[in-house]
Amino acid sequence: MFADYTWAELGSIFAMQGFSGLILFSVLLLMALGLAIIFGQMGVINMAHGEFMILGAYITYLTSNLFSTYLPELFDAYFFIAIIFAFIGTFLLGALVEWTLIRHLYKRPLDTLLATWGLSLILQQLYRTIFGPREVGVTLPDWMMGSFQVSEMIEVPVNGMIVMVITLFITLGVFLFLQKSRKGKQSRAVVQNRAMAGAVGIDTARVDRFTFALGCGIAGIAGATFTMIGSTGPTSGQLYIVDTFLVVVFGGAASLLGTIASAFSISQAQSIMEFFLSGSMAKVLTLLTVIVILMLRPQGLFSLKVRR
Amino acid sequence: MLQTKLRSLAPKNDVVSFLILAAILLVALPILFDIFRLNLIGKYLTFAFVALGLVLSWGLGGILSLGQGIFFGLGGYAMAMFLKLEASNPENTQIQSTPGIPDFMDWNQLTELPWFWEPFHSFGFTLFAIIALPALFAYIIGAAMFKRRVGGVYFAIITQAIAAILTILIIGQQGFTGGVNGITDLRTLHGWDIRTDSAKYILYFINVMLLLATLVAAQYIRKSKLGRLLVAMRDSEDRVRFSGYDVANFKIFIFCIAGIFSSIGGAMFTLQVGFMSPSLIGIVPSIEMVIFAAVGGNLSIFGAIYGALIVNWAKTILSESYPELWLFAMGAMFIAVVLAFPKGLAGIYESYVQPWVDKKLKAIQDKKAKK
Repeated sequence: MFADYTWAELGSIFAMQGFSGLILFSVLLLMALGLAIIFGQMGVINMAHGEFMILGAYITYLTSNLFSTYLPELFDAYFFIAIIFAFIGTFLLGALVEWTLIRHLYKRPLDTLLATWGLSLILQQLYRTIFGPREVGVTLPDWMMGSFQVSEMIEVPVNGMIVMVITLFITLGVFLFLQKSRKGKQSRAVVQNRAMAGAVGIDTARVDRFTFALGCGIAGIAGATFTMIGSTGPTSGQLYIVDTFLVVVFGGAASLLGTIASAFSISQAQSIMEFFLSGSMAKVLTLLTVIVILMLRPQGLFSLKVRR
Repeated sequence: MLQTKLRSLAPKNDVVSFLILAAILLVALPILFDIFRLNLIGKYLTFAFVALGLVLSWGLGGILSLGQGIFFGLGGYAMAMFLKLEASNPENTQIQSTPGIPDFMDWNQLTELPWFWEPFHSFGFTLFAIIALPALFAYIIGAAMFKRRVGGVYFAIITQAIAAILTILIIGQQGFTGGVNGITDLRTLHGWDIRTDSAKYILYFINVMLLLATLVAAQYIRKSKLGRLLVAMRDSEDRVRFSGYDVANFKIFIFCIAGIFSSIGGAMFTLQVGFMSPSLIGIVPSIEMVIFAAVGGNLSIFGAIYGALIVNWAKTILSESYPELWLFAMGAMFIAVVLAFPKGLAGIYESYVQPWVDKKLKAIQDKKAKK
């Protein structure tokens, strides 16, 4: 399959596909980050994660409409405000869901799976009722469109660059937050040893709610970012949920570094193969490889050494 | 000796439930409904096979598979491939550029039958494949996972991913599989037209008899030593392991059984509905199959059948008249079953209806004794 191309062409193909793989990597990583906190740290299977992401996307869509009607002079900057709105909206919904649903089910992981699937169906229908069944897209400000011309054959789209930069910041932020801040340390303590954390005076129920809501909020940011490269429909979230879970499981559930590594390898493999095979076959091969590796190494790429 | 064994296998309550179910399915429903509705009920009952398998693997064994659609699809596609080959004999397909191959292959510029379609010319092989394919598939998945002690949540996610992969594969390989439309336009089984009303009646009864037979098999497994071991494993896996049992083998076995049940259901689906498509395999249908078992009660083999009937019935009624409401209802059902009724309909029956029935029965018996 390589024989038809010259070396220079092959190099450019790999660079271009590698770059579109990087964009995919950013989206996967942003989605997986929230899930890595909710699923990897707390052990809650949130099948409605995709719908939280879509909520973020819809909030961005609303904000962009709001700005273009009432504040057209500030339209260039709406995106950053939309991200903040998306985070707040999904964070609040996450806290509500934790309070009504999840907190009753911490000891029954399989049941959280079914209950959150039910939640995802309800949210999907809600989106369909409110925003209509058709996909919506946002208008990007002019400075976010276009592309850099790196060499004769290699082009780099601007919105892709922005997605990557945002991902970088969020990832770094989450990492620092969990490692350094007081709240982050508390939530890690609760996850590692609930009884002990409670004994030293941490309000575990509150920390649980906060951690869950934080994971949802990051999904909301992912959704907001997602609007820059694709349109949003009521069922868009469902398309990503399996991939995202696989990313988290493949990376080793409790390891943020593992999540990054696995999002990177999955997205690169898929996007490079996509050029040579059909899109569906590339996806089949990637997922199949991930599953085979998981069967051989169930703990994922990076596993924490803990006593169980 | 034989009598005590029989009694332990089939307690009086279960025999009564079985007879009631058989009477409903074999007598009441065929009398009450016309053939169009009866055919729909037959379709719902094919999902009851899957729900039965889930009761065994999930309710008893604690193994939640979100990929039962895979097995439903394997059985369904095996049957559909056989019927399609019969429907595309050279006389029927002489307008194609390559007569004698299924129409969708011709549309996709295939000029000969792919190798894996060849064996499905034989009905015997097809029946064999309906049992053997899911068993083999389930064995591979189960052996790879359970031997390495992967279970619970991870198993659920990975089976779900496999269902997703299979759907993408079938849709992508249009020329070999019929793509997103699936395999349609099925006509005859050994020259017997399956689309007529009388054929639909016969297929309905075959379906019910198969379902009842599966039910007996499930009851046997439930009451045997294996069934008790499964419950023990679900509740305390390590204890069973330390008692010297090979936990993985039991899990693989019950997962294979659940797969075979689903596959039979899939084959009957193809026969009664007349097509098979990837829309019955993927993530969404697979997880819907779980809700059939959950609504019925994931510990009750009778509940599974009623659950499949009621949920599907509600789906048809609601989506005919209020399509928007259906997803809300379905979502609420998931949440309610988990939060409020963990044992489903069977649990409600056991804790409210049965005590009442027992009291009435006892009152009648006391009256008789007094006389």
